[in-house]
Amino acid sequence: MMKKAMTILRHEFLHTIKRKSYILITISIPLLLILAFVIYNGIQRWAQPSTPDQIYIGYVDETDIFDDYHSQDNVIFNEYDTVDSAKSALLAETIDSYIFIHSEYLEGRQIERYTLKREIELPSSTVSSVKNFLLDNLLTESVSEQILNRAKIPFAPISVRLDTNGEIATGQDPIAMYFLPYIFAFLFMFSIFFTSGYLLQSVSEEKENRVIEILLSSVSAGQLLVGKVLGLGAAGLLQIAIWLGSVMAAAKFAAVNIPIFSELSIPIGTLFLGIIYFILGYLLLGTIFAAIGSIVRTSREGQSWSSMVTTPSAVLPMMLMYLITTNPTHIASRILTMFPFTAPITSMIRISGGTLSAWETTVSLLILTCSVALLMWLSSKVFRTYLLMYGKRPSIKEIIRSIRSA
Amino acid sequence: MDISNLEVQNISKSFNAHKVVDDVSFSLNSGEIFGMVGPNGAGKTTTIRMIMDILKPDSGDITVLGQRFNDEAKDKIGYLPEERGMYKKLTVIESLIYMAALKGVPTTPAKAKAIELLEKVGMGQHKDKKVEELSRGMSQLIQFLITIQHDPEIMVLDEPFANLDPVNTKLLKDIVLEMRNKGKSIILSTHLMNEVEEMCDRILMINQGRSMLYGNLADIKTKYRNNSVFVECDRLPIEITGVDKVKQHDGHSELYLKQNATPQTVLSALVSDGVKIDRFENAIPSLNDIFIQVVEEAR
Repeated sequence: MMKKAMTILRHEFLHTIKRKSYILITISIPLLLILAFVIYNGIQRWAQPSTPDQIYIGYVDETDIFDDYHSQDNVIFNEYDTVDSAKSALLAETIDSYIFIHSEYLEGRQIERYTLKREIELPSSTVSSVKNFLLDNLLTESVSEQILNRAKIPFAPISVRLDTNGEIATGQDPIAMYFLPYIFAFLFMFSIFFTSGYLLQSVSEEKENRVIEILLSSVSAGQLLVGKVLGLGAAGLLQIAIWLGSVMAAAKFAAVNIPIFSELSIPIGTLFLGIIYFILGYLLLGTIFAAIGSIVRTSREGQSWSSMVTTPSAVLPMMLMYLITTNPTHIASRILTMFPFTAPITSMIRISGGTLSAWETTVSLLILTCSVALLMWLSSKVFRTYLLMYGKRPSIKEIIRSIRSA
Repeated sequence: MDISNLEVQNISKSFNAHKVVDDVSFSLNSGEIFGMVGPNGAGKTTTIRMIMDILKPDSGDITVLGQRFNDEAKDKIGYLPEERGMYKKLTVIESLIYMAALKGVPTTPAKAKAIELLEKVGMGQHKDKKVEELSRGMSQLIQFLITIQHDPEIMVLDEPFANLDPVNTKLLKDIVLEMRNKGKSIILSTHLMNEVEEMCDRILMINQGRSMLYGNLADIKTKYRNNSVFVECDRLPIEITGVDKVKQHDGHSELYLKQNATPQTVLSALVSDGVKIDRFENAIPSLNDIFIQVVEEAR
C-alpha cells in the first residue's frame, strides 16, 4: 500500500519542484528581498551625503536674549539688526532662512520663520538645532548644565511591555511585532494556496488528459490521493522553508544597517506551531481541492470552483488582520481562530504576535484536525466515484447521494 | 493451455438503477487471445474496469492468477484503456519509467527495458522528446509499450489498433502474438470483427450487458452455420439433387442443402450436370454475420 503511495509522492514532488511556475514563485521572495536591500542601500547612499552641509540661519532678535551659542551642530546662526537686512541676505542666498523673534516672545508670541523653499516639513535636525540655540540662550545663566541637557531631551523612553504575570513579555519591539505576523501569515497563506492549487490542477489534469484510468489500473484511488496530497505538501513545505530561510537571512543581513531587524527573529515554538497549522491548513484545502479536481471536467473549471473555498478562508483573516493583531481576544478574532477554514491563517497571525493562548491553540488544532479527518473521508469517496466520470458535471444533490452510497 | 489466469463469475454492475453489466461470467486461459466483442455501449469497458479493480462489481467474483485482487495482482496485469492518456509534459522515457514504477519495477531495469522496447518499435530516437511533441500514432505506440513493459501475465487491450496505420497495426499485432506464444493471456476488446477472427482463439460476445455468446471461435461458427454451400460457376441448373433452395449473392450463389444431403453429393450432382465450377465451399458465416444476427435476435 505505502510503497505505491511513496512512488506517487516522489513523482509528484519532483515533478512539481521542476515546474517553471513553482520555481518562479519560490525564488520570487528571496529575489524581492535582495532587490529591496539593494534599493534601500542605494537610496541611503544617494540620500545621505557623508558630511552634512553647513546651514546658515539668520535671525532678528527684538528681545536681546539670544546673543550667544551661534553654532549648533551643522547650523550657524547669523544675527541681523533689521528684518530688511535679513530678507536681503535671504534673497542673496547667504542664509538658508531667517527667524524673527518678536519682543513679546517671552509673553507667548510665536517665532516666525521665512524661507524661499517650498517645504513639506522642517527637517528634524534643523528643528532641534534651533531649539537648542534658543534653550542655550534662555537657560544657561539660570540652570545647571545637567538640567539644561535634560531640558533639551526630556523624554526618549525605552518601553517595556509586561505580560499579565508582571514578567517582561516576549516580542518587545512594536515594529517587529506587527511586521512579523504579517510576513509570517502572508508567506504561509501564499504557500497553502499555491500548493493546494497545484493539487487541484494535478488531479483535474490527470482526469482531463485521461491518464487517470491507467493510474487506477496500477494503484488504488486511496493510494493516488495520499501520494498526491503528501507529494505536493512536501513541495509546499520546501517552498515555505526557502521563504522563511531567506527572510531570516535578509533580516540578519539588514540588521547591520537597520536596527529593528535585529528584533525580527521567529522563536522555535512559533515556527513549530506555524508548520503544524500549515500542514493542517494545506490538508484541509488540499483534500477539498482533490475532490473538486475529480468532479470537474477541465482544470480551468476547477480553478473557479476552488476560489469559492479560498476566497473566504484567506480574505476574512486578511481583512480583519488589524483587529486580530490589535484586539486578539475580540469575539471575531476568537471565532476566526476556531473556524477550520480561517483557523490556519488567523492562528498564524496570532501566534507570531504572541497572543494565542494555550487553550485556544489546543481547541483550534483539535477542531481543525477533526475537520481534516472528516473531509478526507468525504473527499476520498467523491474522488473514487467521480474520477472516471466524464460528461455532465454532477449537481450537489447527486454528489451527496453518491457520498452516501459509496 | 488450460490453466485459468482470470476467473470472472457472475459479475453485475448498475449505475443509477441501470444495469450496465448483467451476470457475466468467463475465464481466461494462459497462452490465449480472448476476444471481447459487442456493440458500443454493450458493457465491455465496464466489465474491463471491474477486472482491473477500478470499479467494484455489485455482485459476483473475480479472481486473478488464483487470488482475489491485490497490489501484487495489479502488478501482473497490463491495461491499455480505450481512453488514451499520457502526461504531456513528461518525456517518453520518463513516462515509461514512472508507469513501470507504479507497477513495482525499479528504475534501472525499467529504463533498460523501456529503451529496448522503444528500439523494437523504431522509436529509440524519440525517447527524450516530450509526449506532447509526439504524433497521435506515436503516442499510441508508447501507450502500448506502457501496457507490456512490466512483462505482465495478463494484458487487457481495449481497442488497441484503433487509429493506427497498417504498418504500426501489424507491428503491434506481431508483438501481441509473440506475447501469446510466451504463454501470456490477452483480452482483446474490439468492435472490429475481422481483428477478432484473425487473432482470437475464444470469444465472449456481450450485448446490453448480457453475455450472448461464449466459447471457442470455431465452435461458435459451426453452431451458427446454415447447412449451405457457396458456389461460383458459369450456370446453375434449375433443379439440383439435394438442394432445397438457392439464394443469389453478389457474384456467387448460396445453395441450401436438404436435411439428408451433403456437400459431396451436391458437388457430384453439379459435376455430372456438366457445370463449370470456379469455387465451391462450405458456407461458414463471418463473425460479423453472427454478430448482427445475435444483436437483431435480441431486439
